[in-house]
Amino acid sequence: MTGAKMIIEALKREGVEVIFGYPGGAVIDIYDELYKAPEIHHVLVRHEQGAAHAADGYARSTGKVGVALATSGPGATNTVTGIATAYMDSIPIVVLTGQVPTKLIGNDAFQEVDTTGITRPITKHNFLVKKIEDLPRILKAAFYIARTGRPGPVLVDIPKDIQQSKGEFQYPDELDLRSYNPTYEPHIKQIERAYQFIEKAERPILLIGGGVISSGASEVVRELAEKLNLPVTMTLMGLGGFPGDHDQSLGMLGMHGTYYANMAVANCDVLIAVGARFDDRVTGKVDAFAPKAKIIHIDIDPTSIQKNVKVDVPIVGDCKRALERLLEAVKEAGKPKKYWKERFKEWWEQINIWRKRYPLTYKEDPNYIKPQFVIEKLYELTKGEAILCTEVGQNQMWAAQFYKFKYPRTLISSGGLGTMGFGFPAAIGAQMGNPNKLVIDIAGDGSIQMNIQELATAMDQRLPIKIIILNNGYLGMVRQWQELFYERRYSAVKFATIPDFVKIAEAYGAVGLRITKPQEVEETLKKVISMDKLVILDVIIAPEEGVFPMVPAGKATTEMILV
Amino acid sequence: MSERKCTLSVLVENTPGALARIAGLFSGRGFNIDSLCVAETLDPTLSHLTLVTRGDDQIIEQIIKQLRRLIDVYKVVDVTEEGEYVEREMALIKVRAEKEQREEIYRICEIFRLKIVDVTPRTYVIEVTGNQNKLEAVIELLRPIGIKEIVRTGLIAMKREKKTT
Ligand SMILES: Cc1ncc(C[n+]2csc(CCOP(=O)(O)OP(=O)(O)O)c2C)c(N)n1
Ligand SMILES: [Mg+2]
Repeated sequence: MTGAKMIIEALKREGVEVIFGYPGGAVIDIYDELYKAPEIHHVLVRHEQGAAHAADGYARSTGKVGVALATSGPGATNTVTGIATAYMDSIPIVVLTGQVPTKLIGNDAFQEVDTTGITRPITKHNFLVKKIEDLPRILKAAFYIARTGRPGPVLVDIPKDIQQSKGEFQYPDELDLRSYNPTYEPHIKQIERAYQFIEKAERPILLIGGGVISSGASEVVRELAEKLNLPVTMTLMGLGGFPGDHDQSLGMLGMHGTYYANMAVANCDVLIAVGARFDDRVTGKVDAFAPKAKIIHIDIDPTSIQKNVKVDVPIVGDCKRALERLLEAVKEAGKPKKYWKERFKEWWEQINIWRKRYPLTYKEDPNYIKPQFVIEKLYELTKGEAILCTEVGQNQMWAAQFYKFKYPRTLISSGGLGTMGFGFPAAIGAQMGNPNKLVIDIAGDGSIQMNIQELATAMDQRLPIKIIILNNGYLGMVRQWQELFYERRYSAVKFATIPDFVKIAEAYGAVGLRITKPQEVEETLKKVISMDKLVILDVIIAPEEGVFPMVPAGKATTEMILV
Repeated sequence: MSERKCTLSVLVENTPGALARIAGLFSGRGFNIDSLCVAETLDPTLSHLTLVTRGDDQIIEQIIKQLRRLIDVYKVVDVTEEGEYVEREMALIKVRAEKEQREEIYRICEIFRLKIVDVTPRTYVIEVTGNQNKLEAVIELLRPIGIKEIVRTGLIAMKREKKTT
């Protein structure tokens, strides 16, 4: 069997149904095999960055490994932003790249780049295949490494001669990776210690991050939170890990988190962090982060623990298993729900004061559509049942704040890298993986232009994605920083040329609509949602609307600028 | 927190990218490498690396965890952490050796039991093996005489076996 055929066989064994790619000289043999393999649906993108983001969006929304395929040289370099995006958010994707023939490697051959060298710091692991005998094992390892432990992108670089040469195909059932043994089972002593801290707590809080979603722990989070009557706050990546419409949800914390979430964290005495990594957008000034708290930190990656904040009870393990063990410990201790309700009553009273004092809000204006209102309406109309992808900037933060994500894997957003241009191709991946769900990309007028070429891809696949551009005519988030911290010197945040997004939609054969007045919002959203077509809705919003609350970078999270 | 020197003994899969991955980890995350020594082990599929680094306890903990996180890294031991260990380094030192200097160099070699491994009318090449204090001492003594070139191997280290009585 040829190497190219082996790749297809391996994809089948891994249960891959769809891959996102773009052909070229160094992968033409793989494409020749794809031609003969109708079981694998290939989505031809318009730019390899789109392929990587689509694979990522597919992975985030389904929990399966996403696959992208690109040719050597420029094809591979075009995937770099997508790989880095997946890496920062721990998303399992496998990227297959073609490479020049082994004999030419190192010769500056046509379309040669050192792909494994370039992607080494942005992949969980990568491989350059040097012998056909190694190919099946490497492919197996790539999928295994991508989805196990702390998930992440894995790249396999496959020279053209390897694709063409023949070998025996034996796909291993088991892998012996002696140097890779992620810890799933938490240390029971640490679980007991964690419970002791909770038992003594008066003002506890549960902080959940993306690890809760990737480990499928949201049910257990809910059970634990309800049993113990804990307030729950989420990082951007953790949204949906606990129902946003739940009474105990305080929403997102951090730079654009809610007042009450940030106040609760600043005043808690026990912080239980699960699958979160204490990014600077979450902690603000580290010394002032949860200063009174004992911190319990559950994470599958030991490097996340003690990296940014000092932790009192480190628990290395799978978030779901660790929470299950913790829940067992709670149940064993035998205190009824009523007890916990009573125990944290005062704490809840305090939290509710904060909630009342500064709820998440915005000022209405009869002349302008407010972006927050659009998201609120969207939540109402979809009842929280849609998958929301976002671009990056203000649009992303408004979506995070005002859509109450009820389920895991319903917010698809580039958190760690903050990649503009992510949302739409990610929406393509999400819609491919969830054909029966409503998939919406909340976009900015800047971000959408970064991968707008993928409209053609979405049309090819007849994907009824809804792109809602919150069009403020600015690179709004940068403008907001300039307004607040650079005395309104608006440098390079306004495009001189803004395309007509309605016409762009129409040019691709999609539906384009525009609204400018608040009264149009509800009606139009209803219409858009009900259409079984790709729609761009260009919403002209208040141009200088800001995202609030805001913690200025480097400040304590209690030093919020409110509306 | 105070900085300390730390010697790590690292076993890695003998694969092409492994060393680059480790070097990249240190540069990418801003960790220090004072010296790095790589060689084969009895098992041809594993390489051994002795890595000397510096940092406070938290940084050293991060370095060790980050190393362990690499898929190719089999084992990481902080040799300096607890218990006794031996460490050795070798240096080749080319010194100016003319007339009366030859006598003095010879004496230094006697005292430290050093080997002269190459001789020309104007130079000696001296082999020094020992812990870092010894190397430093020898270098300091030879410096005024005129060192033309030094090549050092970097440190290697091993934990001592616990004595059982
Ligand atoms: C690829 C990339 N380049 C630059 C940035 C920096 N950046 C962050 S937000 C932002 C503005 C985004 O503008 P737009 O898409 O219109 O969203 P808005 O903030 O106006 O909602 C920029 C330039 C980024 N995050 N990603
Ligand atoms: Mg904008």
